[in-house]
Amino acid sequence: MSVLQMETESAAVNERPSAENYLNCSHGFWSWAATRDHKRIAIMYLISVLGAFLLGGIFAILIRMELWTPQRTIMDHDTYNHTFTLHGAVMTFLFIIPSIPAAWGNFVLPVMLGAKDVAFPKMNLASYYLWVGGALFLLAAIVLGGLDTGWTFYTPYSTTTNSSVITASIGVFILGFSSIFTGLNFIVTMHTMRPVWMTWFRMPLFLWSLYATSIIQVLATPVLGITLTLLVAERALGIGIFDPKLGGDPVLFQHFFWFYSHPAVYIMILPAMGIISEIISVFSRKPIFGYRFVAYSSIAIALLGFLVWGHHMFTSGQSRISAIVFSALTFSVSIPSGIKVFNWLATMYRGSIILTTPMCYALSFIFLFTIGGLTGLFLGALATDIHLHDTYFVVAHFHYVMMGGTLVSFIAGLFYWWPKMTGRMYSEFWGRLGCFGVFAAFNLTFFPQFILGARGMPRRYYNYPPEFQLYHQISTVGAFLLGASLFVAAFTLIHSLFRGRKAPANPWGAASLEWQTSSPPPLHNFESDPCAGDPYDLDSQIYDPDLSGYRFRVESERLHSTNDSAI
Amino acid sequence: MDPKTMMAVSETDGGSFWFPTAGTQIAKEVDGLFYFILALSTFFFLLIVGLMLVFVVIYRRRPGYARKFAPDHNSTLEVVWSVIPAILLILIFFQGFTGFLDMRTPPAETYEIKVVAKKWSWAFQYPNGYIEGELHVPVDRAVKLTMTSDDVIHSLYIPSFRIKMDLVPGRYSSMWFQANQVGDFPLLCAEYCGTKHSDMLSRVIVHPSGEFEKWLEQASNLMSTLPPPEAGKLLYNRRGCAQCHSMDATARTGPSFSGTFGTSQPLADGTTVLIDENYIRESILEPMAKVRAGYRPVMPSYKGQLKDLEIDAIIEFIKSLK
Ligand code: HEC
Ligand SMILES: [Cu+2]
Ligand SMILES: [Cu+2]
Repeated sequence: MSVLQMETESAAVNERPSAENYLNCSHGFWSWAATRDHKRIAIMYLISVLGAFLLGGIFAILIRMELWTPQRTIMDHDTYNHTFTLHGAVMTFLFIIPSIPAAWGNFVLPVMLGAKDVAFPKMNLASYYLWVGGALFLLAAIVLGGLDTGWTFYTPYSTTTNSSVITASIGVFILGFSSIFTGLNFIVTMHTMRPVWMTWFRMPLFLWSLYATSIIQVLATPVLGITLTLLVAERALGIGIFDPKLGGDPVLFQHFFWFYSHPAVYIMILPAMGIISEIISVFSRKPIFGYRFVAYSSIAIALLGFLVWGHHMFTSGQSRISAIVFSALTFSVSIPSGIKVFNWLATMYRGSIILTTPMCYALSFIFLFTIGGLTGLFLGALATDIHLHDTYFVVAHFHYVMMGGTLVSFIAGLFYWWPKMTGRMYSEFWGRLGCFGVFAAFNLTFFPQFILGARGMPRRYYNYPPEFQLYHQISTVGAFLLGASLFVAAFTLIHSLFRGRKAPANPWGAASLEWQTSSPPPLHNFESDPCAGDPYDLDSQIYDPDLSGYRFRVESERLHSTNDSAI
Repeated sequence: MDPKTMMAVSETDGGSFWFPTAGTQIAKEVDGLFYFILALSTFFFLLIVGLMLVFVVIYRRRPGYARKFAPDHNSTLEVVWSVIPAILLILIFFQGFTGFLDMRTPPAETYEIKVVAKKWSWAFQYPNGYIEGELHVPVDRAVKLTMTSDDVIHSLYIPSFRIKMDLVPGRYSSMWFQANQVGDFPLLCAEYCGTKHSDMLSRVIVHPSGEFEKWLEQASNLMSTLPPPEAGKLLYNRRGCAQCHSMDATARTGPSFSGTFGTSQPLADGTTVLIDENYIRESILEPMAKVRAGYRPVMPSYKGQLKDLEIDAIIEFIKSLK
């Protein structure tokens, strides 16, 4: 019997998990607020970043509503500028950058290593509270005069506007520390806490991607901190670093800013790719194709990613030579990302594919990320970028990568690890329906924006020529449908908490270590040391109807076939 | 949505589905590269998504289906699918690079126009010193813009020419183009610059050969031929004052001009000021010297950009508003 059929037995056994686990081992506010358990911290992060996502989503909907008509629809110029700035700042700094590492990295990383916790549990908790502190500053900035600089804080606009730039910068500065703490913690954990048998090349690919991400977090984020410190110093003390009126150079700010913010794009997308590698392999029941390449390419992308920041500045007046060098480097970093897509396809080849909800999201990811990546070619090529830069083409491109890529992968992870995290199975029907909605509405929202951009519609425009109205309206309709689909996905999961079937230890038949412990895991993750094994040896798992989940295959069963007998 | 409506929308300005009209030779080159990348991307997209769907269908888990052996790596295959895209990328890079050099390398002989951007208007200064808010150029002649900004970063974008360049305060940037079609083309600000970023619009007007010089001469003499209040009104509209100052009593970013002449108004530092000729002149040349209470000090200075005669005309215009 397959997972597919299991859902039809919709017997919603509504009983609390009986064994002691990390969720029910202690109670009360402080058992959460002062916890050092990485799993509880992950849940707090998950809820918090989803809250930020909701806030950023509300701003997005307001933007799309305003753009329904070419002139004023619901708000004035300044309110619109504040709204798109806050949409960008909340989504990038509070949601996408922390999302996968902080929620899924924290939850899964130690368990995948067979460890009890991360290397520095207190630092992990501190990172969470830094996030909260940073978020409070950003919220304070919203209340105290708002923010209208765009999330990019370009000088000299940001040094002269009268919105709360200083408060917001302090917020982002603090968030940067939260990110550094997480990265540092993960690097040390992976170096010191792997079991002896788990060599680097027996690590699941999600861990490789987290490792690459952590390197960027640790190396690039301090640059953002310095940049914002200088910005605050300039605003508060008028020291003249970026403002030409004081002898500064505004373009210098852009170099600083993108030196962090381009690598930050890889902080967002690398762990997303890691999740997709896990899911494609498990639901095709095949080891990932070209494991070593996928692992190395994460590191390669992380390092090359430091060398391409100038591609955001082709029109800034940077010299021709630097534009050409940055364009060439940009193409070179696109190769490893592109090849990963081929690796995923080859993993599916001759697999035994089952379209569970996480797999549907993973396939959506491939579709959307491919569009996001290919449209990047138009922007990496100098001649076309000059026309497309700062238009809706760019807006569409990065939403395909960040939202179609990272967000979709984040949700894929949510549905994949949900049973492990909560001990409950959700309805596959509603899960897939939500996925289909997200996928379709996403394309409806963002595809028209490619056309808008190529036709010359600049980004961050409050008023626009009436000829563009049709495209904007399609996009707005898409945005509402997208919001509705995300709510379907959310309700599917919330519903499962109350009425879902109890999850087995290993519902998907995955071979990485987190599936060897009960769902939800006990406080210290494993009752006994997990068995050594290849994380992609999926044939080691066999479906057991008694458990309505998978268990290790015993030797005699293994001889029969390499086929998946769960059918 | 109806594809016909969509095509109709795109054809209103003579453009194609993807682009507005191409007004220069370089625009055509850019479009060529765009379509080349588009063709390659479409091919790879269909290949990837096609394979994905085919695999989902033929390898779907189902009763009686047994997964066959497949290797978990294959060096030849991996090299092939790295090298082929790499070659195509080099091709794209190379075309982008040569197109870019064409865009950035003006011919030896150019007609030079100076551009100053400020929140939220453009000033184009012709070689004879005449300044206007719209860009007039002769057809089939290389035009070079030498540009700077007075306040924050702006970006001059002419979609029909497929060119864009930032205007950075404190330094000069430049760009050039050679329009090969007579007509009117939108000119926009592409770098976010605050409240009315989206209204910082103007036009490029490409004159037929021989007519540009005539236009320039007439326009330059207009100031001296019009009565001062009317010349002032023209300047008010063309030089961006209208973005911030209204002619009726409504306050925009700056105070209204209507009915204030001769009145006393409070300043931000607590004192009051009589609005007379001297005050208006000072406000235009040194706006930060006296800032009206309730307004932000955002008015750009027009020192060196409005001649005495023009300032006089503006004063007469403000006086005339009752
Ligand atoms: C970016 C918006 C902006 C633009 C463009 C602008 N101004 Fe102003 N202006 C202001 C603001 C704000 C004030 C009030 C603060 C101050 O006194 O500096 C002001 C004040 C003035 C005053 C003083 C009026 C009074 O009642 O106190 C005059 C006169 C004036 N501007 C003239 C002009 C002229 C002429 C132009 C066009 C050549 C122009 N301004 C363009 C924003 C602008
Ligand atoms: Cu980048
Ligand atoms: Cu602008």
